[in-house]
Amino acid sequence: MLSTNDLRVSYGMSEVIHGISLTVGENETLAIMGRNGMGKTTLFKSLIGILPAQGSIAMQGNNITGDKAYQRVRKGIAYVPQGRMVFPTLTVEENIATGLEATGKKKIPNDIYELFPVLHDMRHRKAGNLSGGQQQQMVIGRALAADPKVLLLDEPTEGIQPSIIKQLAKTLNEIKQLRGLSIVVSEQVLSFAMAVADRVMVIEKGQIVHEEDGKSADQKKIASYLAV
Amino acid sequence: MGGYTGEELTAIFLMQGFSGLSLFCVFLLMALGLAIIFGQMGVINMAHGEFLTLGAYITYLVSYLASDTWPFLLDYYFPVAIALAFLGTFILGYLVERFLIRFLYNRPLDTLLATWGLGLILQQIFRSVFGPREKSVVLPDWLMGSFQASDMVDIPINGVMVVALTVVMTIGVFFLLYRSRWGIKVRATTQNRAMANAAGINTEKVDRLTFALGCGIAGVAGAAFTTIASTGPTTGSLYIVDTFLVVVFGGAASLLGTVASAFGIAQSQSILSFFLSGSMAKVITLMTVVGILMFRPQGLFASKVRR
Repeated sequence: MLSTNDLRVSYGMSEVIHGISLTVGENETLAIMGRNGMGKTTLFKSLIGILPAQGSIAMQGNNITGDKAYQRVRKGIAYVPQGRMVFPTLTVEENIATGLEATGKKKIPNDIYELFPVLHDMRHRKAGNLSGGQQQQMVIGRALAADPKVLLLDEPTEGIQPSIIKQLAKTLNEIKQLRGLSIVVSEQVLSFAMAVADRVMVIEKGQIVHEEDGKSADQKKIASYLAV
Repeated sequence: MGGYTGEELTAIFLMQGFSGLSLFCVFLLMALGLAIIFGQMGVINMAHGEFLTLGAYITYLVSYLASDTWPFLLDYYFPVAIALAFLGTFILGYLVERFLIRFLYNRPLDTLLATWGLGLILQQIFRSVFGPREKSVVLPDWLMGSFQASDMVDIPINGVMVVALTVVMTIGVFFLLYRSRWGIKVRATTQNRAMANAAGINTEKVDRLTFALGCGIAGVAGAAFTTIASTGPTTGSLYIVDTFLVVVFGGAASLLGTVASAFGIAQSQSILSFFLSGSMAKVITLMTVVGILMFRPQGLFASKVRR
């Protein structure tokens, strides 16, 4: 579905991502684990096209390395950034509608409000006045409105209480079933990653250092990578 | 209020109030464009006044053509002139964004200098093409004269027309920004350009059209301006400071605030200038605005959300 080959990203002169090659299969959830500062967010920003990258990124076999972010969204990649990045003075409904631009549709698909009923109740509120958990649901809704084939989620559990993290894992699995899409999620919370991932990768200092199947994963080993 | 009877005072207030209303309309039309460009995009467009001047000169050209070449069209030229003024300034705005402004986002001081330079260039072009003397348009008959409300109150018809035009434009901009899909794109882009792009919005296109629209509205302001005063190369630059004041005082990015502050500033200038001198009126208005802004730096109306 989505693949990269020898992806390198630099801030100025210093290279942060040192040649990552990965492939996400159809209807697969790939969890990318790693401590802070290991390059997770940088990797995600280069995948969606906010940061320029060397090497190549391909979507369904088509090279998209030179595409701008909005063009990648039109080709089926949607992005949920770390820190949520809502449009604070737009209403919830308008926030979700920004995702529709990529599809040309006029109406927000019903299944988004079915997945997140709280968004329907609050659709006329300003997004800036929602709680962190509600904002997180809203930006996932915004990403789904673009009707993606691959959903990129950068640390979706950041700043969210444990009971809601469990709920979020359930919702993600539901979305994957419902829409038949692939998910790439970066994560530090091991239990969350185990609940959603078909495959786990560990990133350290801008390189993939470990990879294994999600179901049979050696949790102790992954935890040792995450320990400081 | 030395020596005026109550009836005279009422008439004075009404007529000065109405002349203030005409001033308010020019302020508001210019400020609407700036509210979009400065309030939404954060670009300080010092050449905004020159877009008004360009709109006024386009109107002058159309009226000149109508009165000189096809006199029978004189009655109808004005709507055409408004459309052409909008179109001309819209296109120039589009080109300016494409070749100048888009390299300067997030560098407000640079946009200020670049657009100021652009303003000077445009002024000189106007001076070379139209000459330094002020030009006035030939008004069609239906725009001349006044409407006698009572013995002492005269309401000029051209003023009424400008007010009507302003109301239509304001409502139009409101619907575009707050009730249309395009408005969602504009507001999303201006709040977070990178994220809007990653949400699937072609932000470059949005920026270009937003800037062009703001300039187009200034062009319409220019067309309206020709009915109440004559146009010279520096006409627009006389209004630019006042207009920025209106936008900042109203609270950037708030349309309602822009309307309220344009009204307040124009009315207080117009009514005060009858009783005091014009410059004293300006001093008092500016002092009041500065005073209020010290206590409410976000302007009169600011959107209430957590950041």
